[in-house]
Amino acid sequence: MNNKVLVYIDQFHGEVLPISWETLGVGRKLADELGGDVAAVIAGQDIKGAAEQAFKYGASQVYYADDPSLAEYRPEPFTSLISKITQDQSPEILLFPTTTRGRELAGMCAIDLESGVLPDVTAIELQDGRVLATRPVYAGKLLAKAFCDSAPQIITTRGRAFDKPEPDPSLTGEPILVDAVIAEADTQTKVVEYAETVGGVSLTDAAVIVSGGRGVSNNPNLTPPEGMDEKQAEIWRAQQGFKMVAELASVLNAAIGASRAAVDAGYIPYDQQVGQTGKVVSPDLYIACGISGAIQHLAGMRTSKIIVAINRDSDAPIFKLARFGVVGDLYQILPPLTEAFRERLSK
Amino acid sequence: MNIVVCIKQVPDSAAKVAVQDGQVTWGEAPLVMNPWDEYAVETALTVQEDHGGDVTVVSIGKEGVEEALKIGLAMGSNNAILISDPALEAADSQAVARVLAAVIQKIGDVDIVFFGKQAIDGDMGVTAAQTARVLGWPILSLASSVETSSDGIRVERTVEEGRQVVEGKLPAVVSVVKDIGEPRYPSFMGIRKANRATIPVWTLGDLGIEEPISKVHWPELQNPPVQEIANEIIPGDSPEEIANTLADKILGEKVL
Amino acid sequence: MDFNLTNEHQMVQGMVRDFAQKEIAPIIKEFDRKQEMAPFVLPRMAELGILGICLPVRYGGQGMDYIALGLACEELEAVDSTLRVVMSVHIGLNSLGLFQWATEDQKERFLVPQAKGDKISGFGLTEPGAGSDVAAMRSTAQRDGDDYVINGEKMWISLATKAHHVLWFARTNPEAKDPHDGLSAFLVELDRAGITRGDIHGKLGVRAGSTGWISCQDVRVSHLNRIGEEGEGFKIAMSCLDNGRYTVAAGATGLIRACLDESIKYAKERPAFGRQISKLQLIQQKIAHMVQSYDAARLLYLQAGWMKNQGMRNSRQTSLAKWFATDASFEAASQAIQIHGAYGYSDEYNVERYLRNSKGAVIYEGTSEIHQLVQAGYALGYRQDAPLRNELPPYNEQTWREN
Repeated sequence: MNNKVLVYIDQFHGEVLPISWETLGVGRKLADELGGDVAAVIAGQDIKGAAEQAFKYGASQVYYADDPSLAEYRPEPFTSLISKITQDQSPEILLFPTTTRGRELAGMCAIDLESGVLPDVTAIELQDGRVLATRPVYAGKLLAKAFCDSAPQIITTRGRAFDKPEPDPSLTGEPILVDAVIAEADTQTKVVEYAETVGGVSLTDAAVIVSGGRGVSNNPNLTPPEGMDEKQAEIWRAQQGFKMVAELASVLNAAIGASRAAVDAGYIPYDQQVGQTGKVVSPDLYIACGISGAIQHLAGMRTSKIIVAINRDSDAPIFKLARFGVVGDLYQILPPLTEAFRERLSK
Repeated sequence: MNIVVCIKQVPDSAAKVAVQDGQVTWGEAPLVMNPWDEYAVETALTVQEDHGGDVTVVSIGKEGVEEALKIGLAMGSNNAILISDPALEAADSQAVARVLAAVIQKIGDVDIVFFGKQAIDGDMGVTAAQTARVLGWPILSLASSVETSSDGIRVERTVEEGRQVVEGKLPAVVSVVKDIGEPRYPSFMGIRKANRATIPVWTLGDLGIEEPISKVHWPELQNPPVQEIANEIIPGDSPEEIANTLADKILGEKVL
Repeated sequence: MDFNLTNEHQMVQGMVRDFAQKEIAPIIKEFDRKQEMAPFVLPRMAELGILGICLPVRYGGQGMDYIALGLACEELEAVDSTLRVVMSVHIGLNSLGLFQWATEDQKERFLVPQAKGDKISGFGLTEPGAGSDVAAMRSTAQRDGDDYVINGEKMWISLATKAHHVLWFARTNPEAKDPHDGLSAFLVELDRAGITRGDIHGKLGVRAGSTGWISCQDVRVSHLNRIGEEGEGFKIAMSCLDNGRYTVAAGATGLIRACLDESIKYAKERPAFGRQISKLQLIQQKIAHMVQSYDAARLLYLQAGWMKNQGMRNSRQTSLAKWFATDASFEAASQAIQIHGAYGYSDEYNVERYLRNSKGAVIYEGTSEIHQLVQAGYALGYRQDAPLRNELPPYNEQTWREN
């Protein structure tokens, strides 16, 4: 095996993070261009099944360490392990996915291996056999091209910047078991507690936001309960509309926002208002439901990476900013859209 | 409890950065202490309030970096050290880490080293871990809360999947995130003290180490491409059809 | 001539800016609507040492200079005028008045707790029937043995209901040939018998502040509370105003900056006639005028602050700075609303509050009309500054920072 590229596969409690497969895909392409192979490395406990998956995503060889001392990630033993395998294999390139673990491992391996690290790259090309990587700097305001002039070139790849390869079930192999390098007794830290993330995502930090506007109250097919006056009925309808927004948000693990019109009308509290006088957000995906796109609202979300608009009015200004638009009723579109995502994201 | 905080001076986060003649420019925007590092200084001062000891802020750069160190002093740190050497001008993160490790060893008897999560210019986010590795000390990164005892440290940290509590022995290196608590303002008394302070300048010679070789180079900087939005209205005969097409297109943009 | 702010000045500026932007800006609209002062403002400013910023450490202050006072006022008013009003009355009018005129013993008793922020202080000059015409004031202070008995009512007094001390001006000599010479100044503790006070609501602006009236009925104070000599009251009041109006000038400069910043932000976002309104010339003209006003106002107040640092008499320069900056801030706020269009007319945006606040400053601490008379007086030679028995102490970094 001529392992030109080594890829660290990040896992947590036995589950491989999908970004690792993107990184492996990058590794495969680089190895092919360099005329060699790509090997994967994974560490944990009861990890053989996860290790075997790496073949499907293009690894020619997979090294795995399986030990109780590796059940919980600690930086030092994981670094020592990866450094050792890297020293044994002498790849030209060592790749990590940019995760909380992958990033610090890449940095620490760079010290062990006396080489340089290029964290969080969004594009890679080979120039005269050497990687030239593109990294956002100054919070993405600028792009830097960087390279490492020593071996191995250690790089972490940003999530969703590279295609995830299609797994090929016909590709199989026998992963190679390696020993853990550091014993539990010599490991300097312990994980004493862990709690899974619960609760809502905060608007300003959210990567995905689904927002509702005035339009959420316009569902004619809903009959409000007895005894409500017009204003109460309107609010009730709007709340039903926001329930649909919330369902989509839940499937997408998104935060819920609102336009000023919806807040003024009393449908939703002010602290969820997105706009010039509310919160300014910059998510990767912003889905605006029943929002016309008044300038005050746009000022609060225009830097979103991808904007999707659902509105009955084809002239609504929001469509000019939207990458994808649906001219239609949000209460007809949202339920099937929620289902469509639910289906696709559970894979 | 002897604490060191490693800080960096960077252009203000509101600055309009651009590339001109291959160089980064930030107009008239001021140079400030890296915002994440303010949280690191705050954490150090809080630990000092609980356990006593000394807080020293250190930074690598040219003379102007003293202004950032003075903010650290004005917030309440006891000492400041500037490491300045022309050989360090284009230092990459592992070179910086090696220098910082030497500084920490020269200061001696250090229990904890605090870093902010990342510097907002280079956005590398690895220097803390690399410094720890050079020192052979454990790294407890992305801490949102810190508890210390005479020989141990306990941090709460947030990873992709949830929150963890990690314990380790001292000495240790810790990087902090914003949840750790709002940094205090420099007090007027602190400002007066910082004004009087003379900050020692150490060179590589003072540290007694060889010039660390940088392996990473940045031959090119670019302004990001201006993007034209391609507006696309999703067609379909039924809401289900539209929904499915839309979901596929959104997933195709890789934002989920 | 070095026009740069020192590193220390920049740190002071940054600290006050951070405090005002982080702690006050998010809640100010709510309190402005309620016409109430947020209860944490005074204690927090005291805690941070802002209430004693330019007084010597040995008097309980922070040992910064007069320029630092100006910079702090600019940052405070950029968030809301009420914050700067606190500085104007507590430091500008009262504390610096004591610093200039009080005996050592009086400084120990009154100035030290004020500088530390333990006591809040106000300025009692204006009466229901006497504003610009100070000499027409009707409050009296009758000598009776070792005491004075004070009667009278003061109105439009900032922090009236919040203060512990007030510098009260009253007529001690009704027989004086020139009524200006019949006035004296007293430091009155507001928990004395015979004092009543209340708030005034319904003001156009500075609604998140505290403005009120104080009434003295046969209030007894020891002669040891008299600041300066009998008959010096008018001169003392005028020198207090030299410092009060300095803070107003600096604050109004901050207000102009806030109008400018918000106008730029809005103009770049709002499209009309096919482009952002920031590209339209008449909008640009308004922006240009705000820039001109800001730069000029800033230089005028910094010059006055510099002169105070040097121990130079600066009555004319301070009056000029106050007149210029306050008129300019009223105009800037008006134009800022215009730039915002109908949205500027709503309290959803800050600019309408800036306009309401700015109008107060062209009235208090010397109306713009009074300042015009002052400037003409100096230019025509009808007005001259005679040396005072006590001048405002110049800044001395070393002695001001010793304990």
